[in-house]
Amino acid sequence: MIRFILLQNRQGKTRLAKYYIPLEESEKHKVEYEVHRLVVNRDPKFTNFVEFRTHKVIYRRYAGLFFSLCVDITDNELAYLEGIHLFVEILDHFFSNVCELDLVFNFHKVYLILDEFILAGEFQETSKKAIIERMGELEKQE
Amino acid sequence: MALSGMRGLSVFISEIRNCQNKEQERLRVDKELGNIRTRFKNEKGLTPYDKKKYVWKMLYIFMLGYDVDFGHMEAVSLISAPKYPEKQVGYLVTSCLLNENHDFLRLAINTVRNDIIGRNETFQCLALTMVGNIGGREFAESLAPDVQKLLVSSSCRPLVRKKAALCLLRLFRKNPDVVNVDGWSDRMTQLLDEKNLGVLTSSMSLFVALVSNNHEAYWSCLPKCVKVLERLARNQDIPQEYTYYGIPSPWLQVKTMRALQYFPTVEDPNTRRALFEVLQRILMGTDVVKNVNKNNASHAVLFEALALVMHLDAEKEMMSQCVALLGKFIAVREPNIRYLGLENMTRMLMVTDVQDIIKRHQAQIITSLKDPDISIRRRALDLLYGMCDVSNAKDIVEELLQYLGTADFTMREELALKAAILAEKFAPDLSWYVDVILQLIDKAGDFVSDDIWFRVVQFVTNNEDLQPYAALKAREYLDKPAIHETMVKVSAYLLGEYSHLLARRPGCSPKDIFVIIHEKLPTVSTPTISILLSTYAKILMHSQPPDPELQNQIWAIFSKYETCIDTEIQQRAVEYFALSRKGAALMDILAEMPKFPERESSLIKKAEDTEADTAELSAIKSRTQQQASNALVVTDQREPPQLCMVKIPSVDHNSVSVDQELTQANGISHEVDHPQPDILGDLLSPLAIEAPPPVSEDDALALAPVVEQDNLVKPIGDIAERFHALCLKDSGVLYEDPYVQIGIKADWRGHQGRLVIFLGNKTTSSLTSVQAVVLPPSHLKLELSSVPEVIPPRAQVQCPVEVVNLGPSRDVAVLDFSYMFGTSLVESKLRLPAVINKFFQPIPVSTEEFFPQWRSLAGPPLKLQEVVRGVRAMSLGEMSHLFSSLRLIVCPGLDPNPSNLVATTTFYSESTRAMLCLVRIETDPADRTQLRMTVASQDPTLTFELKEYIKEHLISIPTAPSMPQQPQPIASSDPGALLAGLL
Repeated sequence: MIRFILLQNRQGKTRLAKYYIPLEESEKHKVEYEVHRLVVNRDPKFTNFVEFRTHKVIYRRYAGLFFSLCVDITDNELAYLEGIHLFVEILDHFFSNVCELDLVFNFHKVYLILDEFILAGEFQETSKKAIIERMGELEKQE
Repeated sequence: MALSGMRGLSVFISEIRNCQNKEQERLRVDKELGNIRTRFKNEKGLTPYDKKKYVWKMLYIFMLGYDVDFGHMEAVSLISAPKYPEKQVGYLVTSCLLNENHDFLRLAINTVRNDIIGRNETFQCLALTMVGNIGGREFAESLAPDVQKLLVSSSCRPLVRKKAALCLLRLFRKNPDVVNVDGWSDRMTQLLDEKNLGVLTSSMSLFVALVSNNHEAYWSCLPKCVKVLERLARNQDIPQEYTYYGIPSPWLQVKTMRALQYFPTVEDPNTRRALFEVLQRILMGTDVVKNVNKNNASHAVLFEALALVMHLDAEKEMMSQCVALLGKFIAVREPNIRYLGLENMTRMLMVTDVQDIIKRHQAQIITSLKDPDISIRRRALDLLYGMCDVSNAKDIVEELLQYLGTADFTMREELALKAAILAEKFAPDLSWYVDVILQLIDKAGDFVSDDIWFRVVQFVTNNEDLQPYAALKAREYLDKPAIHETMVKVSAYLLGEYSHLLARRPGCSPKDIFVIIHEKLPTVSTPTISILLSTYAKILMHSQPPDPELQNQIWAIFSKYETCIDTEIQQRAVEYFALSRKGAALMDILAEMPKFPERESSLIKKAEDTEADTAELSAIKSRTQQQASNALVVTDQREPPQLCMVKIPSVDHNSVSVDQELTQANGISHEVDHPQPDILGDLLSPLAIEAPPPVSEDDALALAPVVEQDNLVKPIGDIAERFHALCLKDSGVLYEDPYVQIGIKADWRGHQGRLVIFLGNKTTSSLTSVQAVVLPPSHLKLELSSVPEVIPPRAQVQCPVEVVNLGPSRDVAVLDFSYMFGTSLVESKLRLPAVINKFFQPIPVSTEEFFPQWRSLAGPPLKLQEVVRGVRAMSLGEMSHLFSSLRLIVCPGLDPNPSNLVATTTFYSESTRAMLCLVRIETDPADRTQLRMTVASQDPTLTFELKEYIKEHLISIPTAPSMPQQPQPIASSDPGALLAGLL
């Protein structure tokens, strides 16, 4: 299962943080700091997997943004790696050509999209179309 | 993209972005937090829109890394807002800022439930999402049935049902005891027929959790899973939106194969055939393609298929296909695939016997051990560790040793541990093992834990052939210019024990050995100095005939350290100094260490203990556990004894003769091998019991009224009996249960005393929340030094109690002792043996002194007489023994009647000072159950209390039922009359 999801830029600014395990505030900030340090200096030629405490972080870099998923040590790495990509495609579609600024100013939308994509640390919906349509429904209600 | 009218939020974000530095940002954030706080305080002027805006701002600030310690209430309260926009914010921010342990969440349970069972689909979705992300126990208790209904409801849209599936998954994972899934196998079978792939994806995750918990209940679902997999793998009836780069939902394929791994086998031949067809197709049909995403997705499926094939223990042919694939993968350049190849090969080792095939790839794997990416290096290390056996141990361990020199720090400890284990497990000969460990210490001393060098010492001690070799090696390492302190320790230890075996070699005379070891002393830390001192003592013992010069040198060192601030060193120095003057006796005392009992390597245990936590127990793990439980595993569960030191709490020098103490506290001789001459042996020695001993059923609890009886942890032995025994002696066990032993050692001087309470933890885990409070009676002043809250595993702590006696009384001090075991509190109220007779000093009194005193104390209240009935049967000899245990001295000859007994003692208290007490007992040889007792002293209270106290002991029956015995009818001989005229 996914323990948490982080979106961070190269400077370590968190753009999205979602935890599916109970952590205290201070612990969350510590985790964000550590994961950033863990992934930011890795060579692009390295694997997208790196051990983190007793778990594993699956991460992928898009321009200056790092998307990191912390999963169980026994989980299927590549499935989560492509999960990250699917999420990016959804964001890209939703914001039509997403950039970091979109995510900054619309961080609340990003949380809403994530809630349609992942729930309880598991994939809920893997159809881009279904999620985009759902977001349309929700926007109408605002 | 417009920001649906929240201009304030956008402006705030811009301002934050424009901050030049961290300091400015902090100021801006503080200002905003202040603003929000004031606005929240005065809720009147706050529109729902404002509230929403501020709550978003709070989340933004929290994301920036600042603590937001207020406003949780406002976020939670938005959940009950009537309109969607506010409610949405409430749910979303609450699930980001709070976690399942926050009390505020309770306030929302009712609203959440209403939203879940209500008609508004959007609200249902919001509520299910929040509960799915942060729902705790209370949510599970009150919502699980409602969520279950939604999942199988035919009137709900797929949107709601997939959220319900994952919401239920969360509640079940967190509290499987609360969520009732009885009878869910039928529903699950239906759910696996689901056409909507969104619902099916969510349901499959739920299914994995259910089946990992209890696969027996879900056999009927197995064919359904195979159907789902077939449908996906053949791309039948899969909507375009669920294919990802041309691959039908790789995530659902992976999940389905994961679920199948929780079934031990697939028995139905048709299902099995269908499944293997699919798997075969995946194994053969996955090609490397250019598009990264497609490649990853198809390999995600492939690796899961490999895992499933391994799990099913497929036919030989298919297995060798898998191994061939993995062999290919570990050689590719693409790092992710190589990583997964190494990882899956390691897993494969755990389930089947493919060692020989994997060995062909050894060179390739060793290359990966030097990969620049630490993730790959770790996988390579795991695989090398897993594939090591007798045939390749030498190569692999040498590779690891070589790599150790260049490995980065984060990996060295693991590397060292693994190399040590492999060397131990697969050593072709023991000298090689010694070589490896010494090299390990030499190259990576900082990363070699004590366990590792303890283990080599155990091996050398137990293998005589090895001893000269090990000593020689140790001697060689000492010649190196700068050696690690661990090397000093192990060399000093080995040379202390075995250097005499080298004596004829050049540079190995006792003197040479001493000189080279002593050179290291200025550079080492205190624990090592202790080891060096032991070594010197051993060298001294081995230098026969004695070399006076060496002797003087070593004695000088001992006397130098006699004043060392470290007590361990000081004690050793003093003792070795004294011992080394004992001449021939030294040979016995410092003789070679006996062999260690064979036991499971603590290193291997240590390596096995590192088990990661996962949401579901992994399939491989549960499988290996099942296998293990079938085998009878016999291991020595005892803790390895400390190799060099046996910690003995300082023993009162007045009560134990120096010789005894030296034998016990001697740093070299081993505790277990010496009989304990001291009655405190069982108290002071390391607690040897590991498994909680069985609790005897017949604990005479009823006779110990001050002990809490509702404790789950039952005491061992009779507490009342232990207390009575301690009234008569000064050391022993006061209380014992499976986890704790409390001992007492007391020393009494006049009206003062010092009682040391030894709290011993018998278990291998720490005892927490330890509390001990002494409740003194009014006549005693008691001061208990502080009691540590935690007692480390197998440790003993001493808590001295200073006692001052103010006056005569039989009241008893009580020790209120409690600790936590697991989640239950164990509490005992124990009487402390600071009783009246402890303040007695038996002083013999001559006839000339006795009679004047006796006569001057003419009658009540200073002299009291009583006929005591129901006396327990004892001979006069036994009675005088009892009296001397009570510290009354029996004065023979004072009373001419041989059936009588006269005793005296001096009682000390602050109010009475020293006061002589006189006691006379007149027994009836014809009837041992009764006697007449006369007690006299200058103080009426003392007289009374003493009389009652002695009476308690004469008739006291801690073991027998407390029912008063009926005095036998006395007709012919009234003892009163019989005895009256005697004095």
